[in-house]
Amino acid sequence: MTNADSSIAARETEAAEKWDIEIKPNPSWFNIPFKEIWSYRDLLRMFVRRDFVAVYKQTVLGPLWFVLQPVLTTVIFMFVFGRVAHIPTDGIPSALFYMAGLTLWTFFSTCFTKGGATFTLNASLFGKVYFPRLISPLGTLLINLLNFGIQFGVFLVMLVWYVVMGKITLHFNAFTLMLPVILFLTGALGLGLGLIVSSLTTRFRDLIYVATFAIQLLMYASPVIYSLKFLKDGSFSKQVIVLNPVSYLLESFRIGIFDVGMVNWGYFAYSSICSLAILFVGVIMFNKSEKTFMDVI
Amino acid sequence: MSHVVIRAENVSKRYRLGAIGTGSLVSEWNRYWARKKGKEDPFSKIKVGGHVKPAEVADINEFWALRDVSFDIKSGEAIGIIGKNGAGKSTLLKILSRVTLPTSGSIKVRGRIASLLEVGTGFHPDLSGRENIFLNGAILGMTKNEIVRKFDEIVDFSGVERFIDTPVKRYSSGMYVRLAFAVAAHLDPEILIVDEVLAVGDADFQKKCLGKMGEVAGQGRTVLFVSHQLAAVRALCNRAIVMEKGTMKFTGDIEKGIEKYLENKGQIGAGLSIADRKRDSNLSLIAKIIDFRIITPDGVNPEFLDATMPFQAVFTIQSYEEGARVGTQFIIADDIQNLVLIDSGSVHGKIYKLPMGVSEVSCVVAPTFLAKGDYHIDLVLQLHNQEGIDRVTEAYRFTVPYMDPYKSGYNIDKNHRIGLFHVDHQWDDAMHLGSI
Repeated sequence: MTNADSSIAARETEAAEKWDIEIKPNPSWFNIPFKEIWSYRDLLRMFVRRDFVAVYKQTVLGPLWFVLQPVLTTVIFMFVFGRVAHIPTDGIPSALFYMAGLTLWTFFSTCFTKGGATFTLNASLFGKVYFPRLISPLGTLLINLLNFGIQFGVFLVMLVWYVVMGKITLHFNAFTLMLPVILFLTGALGLGLGLIVSSLTTRFRDLIYVATFAIQLLMYASPVIYSLKFLKDGSFSKQVIVLNPVSYLLESFRIGIFDVGMVNWGYFAYSSICSLAILFVGVIMFNKSEKTFMDVI
Repeated sequence: MSHVVIRAENVSKRYRLGAIGTGSLVSEWNRYWARKKGKEDPFSKIKVGGHVKPAEVADINEFWALRDVSFDIKSGEAIGIIGKNGAGKSTLLKILSRVTLPTSGSIKVRGRIASLLEVGTGFHPDLSGRENIFLNGAILGMTKNEIVRKFDEIVDFSGVERFIDTPVKRYSSGMYVRLAFAVAAHLDPEILIVDEVLAVGDADFQKKCLGKMGEVAGQGRTVLFVSHQLAAVRALCNRAIVMEKGTMKFTGDIEKGIEKYLENKGQIGAGLSIADRKRDSNLSLIAKIIDFRIITPDGVNPEFLDATMPFQAVFTIQSYEEGARVGTQFIIADDIQNLVLIDSGSVHGKIYKLPMGVSEVSCVVAPTFLAKGDYHIDLVLQLHNQEGIDRVTEAYRFTVPYMDPYKSGYNIDKNHRIGLFHVDHQWDDAMHLGSI
């Protein structure tokens, strides 16, 4: 072999070492493709757009539904829980109180249920084309965040109106500054739980039904329509309710807005740690089950 | 200089039959319980009956879709992956497309892969053609800028510009496919993987797609193409990978590959003469077909048949009885078992009285005008009372490569669902009946 030949061969072997993609069985648990997700950010944007635009195609009221849903639910809550059940709202006009709780709760519960249905909703897509699967639940998170933004906007308009009418005065506090953090933690918790459920649904389809039912019940075990302040200290129900990590997120969200409720930084720390841990576990489980999903479902 | 862009090393893929998740908690628990007690898995799809050791059950329930497949593919190659249904072609493509993972082995890839396992993946019916181009492009891995840059080209290629703002659910299936392929065709990947998706479009569009794929291959990029349409594979590819039962049987020159494939496609009789093939046990075999051949103006036993020409079918029959009275029948069916025609000697009142020993019976068949496609011939011998005495399925295989009776440039293809054969017809000029 001449020198030139060997140098070509050397270059070839060198080139052969550099592969862009390596398809191997069972990659490790912590193999989360952040870089790839970033390179697919346009797809993420398209998914959000698709879900936002397509939902209300061929409806008469169109995007108005984004606003109507929370308003109508609030009206029903005002009647059922306010007029009939007389649940106290801590001096806050009941419309505002319910709407604040509902807006954050809806964000949490849709992250959970939609995230949990990732595999079942996308089965045909996942079976035909590759993209980092985490894009799908991330899209779910963003679309829910967008919906939250709209509903929160409606809430703010109402809040301003009540302030102008002199029915309520606002006091800001430490939790007011924490509102973005609270929102983030709520999304993390909802999505994390959703990812755990979706990973398990590849084996157990029942879990989808369990999850949608559980979330309905969970609403009553969370301070959506009531405040933690009105639960008796040391009572069994209070102990159970504060164990639910979403509880203190809801409570602190309202404290941040209205400055009423049960201030307890310990509970807040507990909820924060739970949310982040659940998100972490969810992402890892999802990332693992995503690899074998197509052979199972 | 061309370099290796895909290297597959001992790729295997195992599927578990039935042993996959049973789908609900209760049954999963039952199964766990059964396994613990050493009983048969109540959810295994293949019933094994009686008491079977769990280990054996696992073996039976395993299915290797791919086994130890290794190959190198260089840039600029156009590879045709051919093989029968269930040979592992789709599994291989799925692994290459990263839709599923191999059970063992690895595939290393250099460059961007775009795979087209299905046309219009992720199309949303309520969104317009325009919106779907962006959505589908993003799903296939294009960035927004790329799509914007190629948008006009894509629309132009698809030929649906008039309907670009109409929701795709109002599209005809042809328009849908055209738009979807147009997006994929403009991906500009280093490696393009195309599964049997072209079968849906019309002939013109197929030609356009093949042209586009050829262009991709010509630019030094790599194309992997799976199709049952051997003519398309032959036209596009320069190298074949022939799959059989999950293993790679051959790789190399495309012509040789197609030869190898056709050879093992006729596997029921491969290497076995018609005389030696296994017969159904309830046949009396008073007489037996020992050979069959087709004679056309082009030669004997052609693989490709010009269906606008007559041919001669010759049976060689061995009779084990003196004066056996037999009727002959041949049946043409296509590759998906559509019966095309049965021609039976007894229809003509033709019952042969054969002496003991070997005889030949021949029959001239007028032009069949079969549409382009793959066909086979089954042979039957029967007594005058229609009782079958011999039957050879798929005794002969042939392909009609082209059916263009009027030389108009339109190839009548049975895969386009326009009939299995052509009947001559002549259109008259329009006659003016007066103005309204």
